[in-house]
Amino acid sequence: MNAIDVNNLTFSYDKDTILENISLHVEPKEFLAIIGPNGGGKSTLLKLILGIEKSKPDKIKIFGKKPSKNLTCIGYVPQNTNVNTDFPIKVIEVVMMGHVGHKRPLIGYKKEEIECAKHSLKQVNMEKYANYKIGSLSGGQRQRVMIARALCSHPKILLLDEPTSNIDTVGQREVYKLLKDLNKSITIVVVSHDLSVILNYATTVLHVNKQAAFHNIKQKKKFFTKDEHFCEVELLQMIGDKDD
Amino acid sequence: MIDALNYEFIQNALMAGILVSIASGIIGSLIVVNRMVFLAGGIAHTSYGGIGLAVYFGIPIFLGASLFAVCAALLIAFVTIKNRDRTDTFIGLIWAVGMAIGILFVDMTPGYNVDLMSYLFGSILAVSNEDLWYMSILVILIVSFVTFWYRDILAVSYDSEYAILRGVNVRLFYTLILVFSALCVVIAIKIVGLILVIALLTIPIYIAEKLSNSLYIMMFFSSIISIIFTLFGLFISYNYDITSGASIILVSAVSLLLFYVITELIKYPNFRKNENR
Repeated sequence: MNAIDVNNLTFSYDKDTILENISLHVEPKEFLAIIGPNGGGKSTLLKLILGIEKSKPDKIKIFGKKPSKNLTCIGYVPQNTNVNTDFPIKVIEVVMMGHVGHKRPLIGYKKEEIECAKHSLKQVNMEKYANYKIGSLSGGQRQRVMIARALCSHPKILLLDEPTSNIDTVGQREVYKLLKDLNKSITIVVVSHDLSVILNYATTVLHVNKQAAFHNIKQKKKFFTKDEHFCEVELLQMIGDKDD
Repeated sequence: MIDALNYEFIQNALMAGILVSIASGIIGSLIVVNRMVFLAGGIAHTSYGGIGLAVYFGIPIFLGASLFAVCAALLIAFVTIKNRDRTDTFIGLIWAVGMAIGILFVDMTPGYNVDLMSYLFGSILAVSNEDLWYMSILVILIVSFVTFWYRDILAVSYDSEYAILRGVNVRLFYTLILVFSALCVVIAIKIVGLILVIALLTIPIYIAEKLSNSLYIMMFFSSIISIIFTLFGLFISYNYDITSGASIILVSAVSLLLFYVITELIKYPNFRKNENR
């Protein structure tokens, strides 16, 4: 079964069509990068997959089910993690937000939930910071905490919206190394402007600008698809080929 | 001051001060972290409409003000839930309209006119036993709300979009926070008056925020700090015969200033050390 299935999805706010006839099939353990110009509909597509924006029924399936029925399957890392940095909240509390809220104790958190959150922090190498205030961390560290929060519900798919847009290059490399490790067991979908990701980590690339075009990074050479689509991916592959 | 404690109205004032401080410490923390200070101000002033209506129809003031404030809170929740950014125009509107309604009804009330000043600046020395009951029940409700639903409240306040994804009913909790703010504002009016309510809901919270790395600790500190300010303000108000609301707020403001200066002084050498490293 595919991890994500999107079939002929068209979506519009009021009269503006944001996405037109998008079809997308992501197999388990793939590393999909979604690129495209600002306002091209990348974030909207992500929100539709998450179920924050509602589409017509049966257009989107997550492991064969509706997105809202499969909340625990998806871990989400939002775009801007620099908001609300004054908020008095500890790292561990942020991570524990990732638990889906049923079967919970009357007050506070269950022991397993705390253990699970600590384990997630360990996965992203942030266990030392569990009791730090979230605002005292650097952008890259905060991003890793947000990934830990997403990992908390043991998702099969991890969706990240511009995970490296607010952090320095060292932090970026750390985040991608982490994602590559995680990719051994879970499917990863990244919305990104960062072209180095596409070449170094992604297995497939989707270019979204109202319509979508697929690129399989593993098969090089074929620069122009049938519909004469050409974007950064082809360009980069062409440049890459000169080195061969 | 010690023999003053024998008077029932002083005992009631102290009890009311403590109860309102607990409520405003908790709710004020929620208001501040949710960036709803202006909303709370709007609700406080709107509730004057409820006071006017209660005076006109002869129902208990607390009841009238509470109902009116809760309705205002629900209206604000309904309007702001979708878009929390562009709401100030609307808040400004109900702020003024609520007060206008209040003044209108007080004017229309035949004969005896209530003391407007006591609602604008508080009348902590006129707390009745019924008022104390009402305050106690509200404090119990608020404490239960934040104890049993702490994780939902935390999720909604910190990152509401993510909370939706985790299946938290964000609209419900956002509305509940506003409704409790409305109820808390109404009891706080008794202590400091509706004009000064905002100070009680922000000054202790501002200090507590700097001292805490967790929301529940912030609520706890806010309540404790509020209690200290309120009781000290009452003491000054009693000794020097000053309006209690004003003395409580000024005690808070002076303390805030001191706190700010002290923290800056502590921070400065550390800052220099970091720079040299």
